[in-house]
Amino acid sequence: MATSKPSIAVHKFSSCDGCQLAFLNLGEDLLQLMELVDVRHFAEAGILDEEADVDIAFVEGSLSTPQDLERIQQVRAHAKYLITIGACATAGGLQALRNLADAKEWVAAVYAQPEYIASLDKVQPIRAAVPVDFELWGCPVNGRQVVAAVRALLFGVAPIDAKDKVCMECKRQQAVCVMVARGEACLGPVTRTGCGALCPSFGRACYGCYGAAENANAVSLGMRMQGLGLPAEQIAQHFETTTNQSPLFAQATARWRGQHG
Amino acid sequence: MTTLGFLARENLDRLLTALRASGYRCVGPMVLDGAIQYCDLPNAQSLPSGCRDSQAPGRYRLDHTDTSRQFAWANGPQAIKPFLFAPRETLWCVERDAREALTFKTVSPESQALAVIGVRACDLAALRLQDAHFLQGLNRDVQYAARREGMFLVAVNCTHPAATCFCVSTGDGPEVPEATGTNAGCDLILDELDDGFILHSASERGASVAGQLELAPVTPEQQTVVAQQRQQARAVQKRSLPARDLRPMLDKRLEHPRWVEVAGRCLSCGNCTSVCPTCFCYSEQEQPLLDGSGSTHARVWDSCFTQGHSYIHGITIRADTRLRYRQWLTHKLAAWHDQYGRSGCVGCGRCISWCPVGIDITEEVAALAASPT
Repeated sequence: MATSKPSIAVHKFSSCDGCQLAFLNLGEDLLQLMELVDVRHFAEAGILDEEADVDIAFVEGSLSTPQDLERIQQVRAHAKYLITIGACATAGGLQALRNLADAKEWVAAVYAQPEYIASLDKVQPIRAAVPVDFELWGCPVNGRQVVAAVRALLFGVAPIDAKDKVCMECKRQQAVCVMVARGEACLGPVTRTGCGALCPSFGRACYGCYGAAENANAVSLGMRMQGLGLPAEQIAQHFETTTNQSPLFAQATARWRGQHG
Repeated sequence: MTTLGFLARENLDRLLTALRASGYRCVGPMVLDGAIQYCDLPNAQSLPSGCRDSQAPGRYRLDHTDTSRQFAWANGPQAIKPFLFAPRETLWCVERDAREALTFKTVSPESQALAVIGVRACDLAALRLQDAHFLQGLNRDVQYAARREGMFLVAVNCTHPAATCFCVSTGDGPEVPEATGTNAGCDLILDELDDGFILHSASERGASVAGQLELAPVTPEQQTVVAQQRQQARAVQKRSLPARDLRPMLDKRLEHPRWVEVAGRCLSCGNCTSVCPTCFCYSEQEQPLLDGSGSTHARVWDSCFTQGHSYIHGITIRADTRLRYRQWLTHKLAAWHDQYGRSGCVGCGRCISWCPVGIDITEEVAALAASPT
């Protein structure tokens, strides 16, 4: 047996910290994980060594400040394999909604002394600044996803990129389609699977937390929402949540904002 | 098929009791989350009394009427398929011991004596196709087979097809075909009347279960009502496919512009294939334990609308929706003739109702048939 275990780090950028809980809430699996890997940096768990060289760096959060842009280069330089976790890191997060507005105007309106605020005009996902080896989508990501990714890498194989639509899992669970049976605007048909069709299985339309699925048709879904009676602004709002910088969702937003005038 | 007699509605529970006495777990239609779904049926009062459905492309709603009937509706999203071809199930497990040796273990399929109440002619036609896929040929599917062997089927002739139904044109309904006495593919067949049911046996065990019931003779008036409602159920269907064998037509239209047009609307979400009672595609998933000491190997429903379905050593053969929709439609309506001796469509209309954007297979076929290019 090799004496050294693979090492990991968990880094936080602009985010709510919720995706890191996918590790901390693992229960018994967390103890097992700690036996399998050497955690070198994970501030939320109290382990600090930001510049440690690691085999896998997990990155939560988006690039929102000039410091973020510098720090992500360091993270990349110290990691063999970089995995982004969550909607902020993969698709901007809620804070990226400021890309749709005049960020400076917002800062001036909110803060008494805006000169202390250093933020970028546009929020970007991590892949905009550095090469990313694998992305785990979701707001937040869940324990199943991070465990599956770590396990695959420990086996020495690429993690499986789950990118089918939520509908596939929804139907496996035999949840009744809220769009067809209740006329609700559901993002399931364009959203990446991974959550276990959580909302539809409780009778709630999908919020699109996992961003765009492969080969998704947001144009047709938006037209259907219009057919269900939604005004253009509300259709746009469906695509303007935490994954709004997912290219497909950004296009859909622009399309329906444009029609709104 | 032999007509056995009349069972008053208030005595329908006796059929469930007789089935349970014969060892069957009874499942049947109930209203759940706004749709007719097949669940464990506690008693006949739990059936959808007075329930009517209204279906249209991309739309399904239930209403309550004051009819005493319990089967005055057309199918909801699923019927028999999930009970036999499970949406998710473990096929085998593997364990790794301290010396890194692997041990593979078969997961024995659970067999069950399941009675499904209220299945329709379209479901039975679909069942014959699923049987052909999973049970015939070299590789008999042991999971499917174990569940299939114990299944008792109580069919109810459909009196209220939905606007999306077109089983008349596929030849699969609305009543269970009186297949020259030998094999209707079920055990009992019911015709529903306002005050009860006319029972027909379609198998020996069906006759045996019905033999435990006290049935009244069928009156000529009742026979007239049955004939009328069977005729009515045929007459109300407005949708159709132009022919049972669409191979010659579709084979000449693989580059038709309609595929591009429908791809503009199609979400490639797989809802149509998931609700289709004949679709059988699945993928397999490895679910390893975190410590690497073992793994379970599961199969899950897949669809020709996913990328993985056509991914072969580095290449996704059908990368876009035009190719995926064309694959689905031409496989179902053309290539199935070569594989299974008939079309894969039984006219249940589920793919029309449960498509989130309301794509209508009969409309797409009509558009393709209308012009050669």
